[in-house]
Amino acid sequence: MQRLIEFGWRLLPFAVVILIWYAVRWSGVVDQGLLPPPHLVFLDIWKRSTEGTFLLDAWVSIRRVLLGLFFGMLLAVPIGFLIGWNRTIRRFVDPLVNFFRALPPIALIPLAIVYLGIGEVAKVAILFYAAFFAGVIVMYEGMSQINPLFIRVSRTLGATDWEVFYKVILPLTVPHVLTATRVALGVAWATLVASELVAAQNGLGAVIQNASAFFQLTTIYAGIVAIGTFALIMDTMLRMASRRFLDWQERVVQ
Amino acid sequence: MTGETAPGEDGSPKVVFQNVSKSFGAIEVVRDVSFEIHDGDFIAVVGPSGCGKTTMMNMLAGFTKPDGGAVLLDGRPVAGPGPDRGVMFQDYGVFPWLTVEKNIRFGLELAVKRGMTKAQKNETVEKYMAQMRLTDFRNAWPKNLSGGMKQRLALARAYAANPRFLLMDEPFGALDAQTRSDMHDLLLEIMQAERKTALLITHSAEEAIYLANRILVVSARPSRIVEEINIPFGDNRDRDLLDSHEFIELRRHLRDVVMKQYAEQQALR
Repeated sequence: MQRLIEFGWRLLPFAVVILIWYAVRWSGVVDQGLLPPPHLVFLDIWKRSTEGTFLLDAWVSIRRVLLGLFFGMLLAVPIGFLIGWNRTIRRFVDPLVNFFRALPPIALIPLAIVYLGIGEVAKVAILFYAAFFAGVIVMYEGMSQINPLFIRVSRTLGATDWEVFYKVILPLTVPHVLTATRVALGVAWATLVASELVAAQNGLGAVIQNASAFFQLTTIYAGIVAIGTFALIMDTMLRMASRRFLDWQERVVQ
Repeated sequence: MTGETAPGEDGSPKVVFQNVSKSFGAIEVVRDVSFEIHDGDFIAVVGPSGCGKTTMMNMLAGFTKPDGGAVLLDGRPVAGPGPDRGVMFQDYGVFPWLTVEKNIRFGLELAVKRGMTKAQKNETVEKYMAQMRLTDFRNAWPKNLSGGMKQRLALARAYAANPRFLLMDEPFGALDAQTRSDMHDLLLEIMQAERKTALLITHSAEEAIYLANRILVVSARPSRIVEEINIPFGDNRDRDLLDSHEFIELRRHLRDVVMKQYAEQQALR
């Protein structure tokens, strides 16, 4: 029962948004022809999933996000770790990271097309770029916040350099890895859609792009709803993982 | 030195501060400090806050090195932190990602303790967990412990690693009065069961007299030793002692000396 109520609370905001959606449509503020009602959007998702390639497009997009995120974090964790830990490396890498981080990944899409073509490699490369720079910054901000007291204590108990690393620093890194992954995930989804809008035959971004060419507003909404839903599901999974692994952490709001 | 504290085997001091000086940038923190710690001593360093007491302890712990003079441990300069010197901090330093039991076990699972059998390690953990009354909380996260419990955990963890020295940097400073006095008795209890040579940094005159057998009063920054007071109570320390004439006299005297240093520090500002 408790869980049911909890689940209800999760759904409530979305129910409210859908109600507002209907209200806007009925109020006539927006031309009814320009705002499809939610049930038609969901029907469109259903029909395209059962009869068309919608699920395949969704899977293509999810796979791109996961691959980009995986490779991005694979590099962001050790690099963020190093620049958070070593001053010399930080002084060298910090300006570069800030320069490349300030570049919107979307700006690199034309270059990616030139060098890597319009296939999967180009898209995953752009997502890798986006995930890496989003993740690396969170990693190293987190690393620089590690309390040196814990390192001192472990030294007085006899820990060697290696033991300090894997028994103290590593556990303290886990929360930052999870936060960095969440941030990178959000950035990866945003970048994915942009890159699929520009150049892709498949994926949810391409679905939206094709629909817009034929002015299929309902399908555009269907694509948007699907992207939001998948992004939310992945974020929720990460948050559940955080709660599972980071039971020990103090939280202001539990 | 009181009669019942055992001196070193050859009677020579175990720790020697030899004309130790230390500055941080332009600020001179410790100036020409010399004293000795013998086996079994419980030394309290008392002085105005921000005077460099902690720096003195940090040099013995191995966190920082003196600029001038030397801190000798068994005749050799301190090279760095080590498991022979357990440290307790005001901020506890308990590992938040480990449960109570695993915090105590931490030092035992390090390579330095590979000589111990699994059974010995378990026994050690259980012993100190029970002694610090933490057995019921073995699986609790530190975030759910009170300040006093965290400090008990820090003490259990320090003792489990079996150090020769116990260095304490205002360990009870963040606790309320009742918890503080409970901690004093718990510390005396475990010290009487298993004596460690101890160095306590504090600014509480009462705490210093109640716990230590020798008190070093240090001046305002830069720290120099201005007075050394022997405390004659031996192991006869309980709450009644606090009301004894002798205790009150000592406390009055110590407060006067410290207050004088404090006034000088204020005048310097």
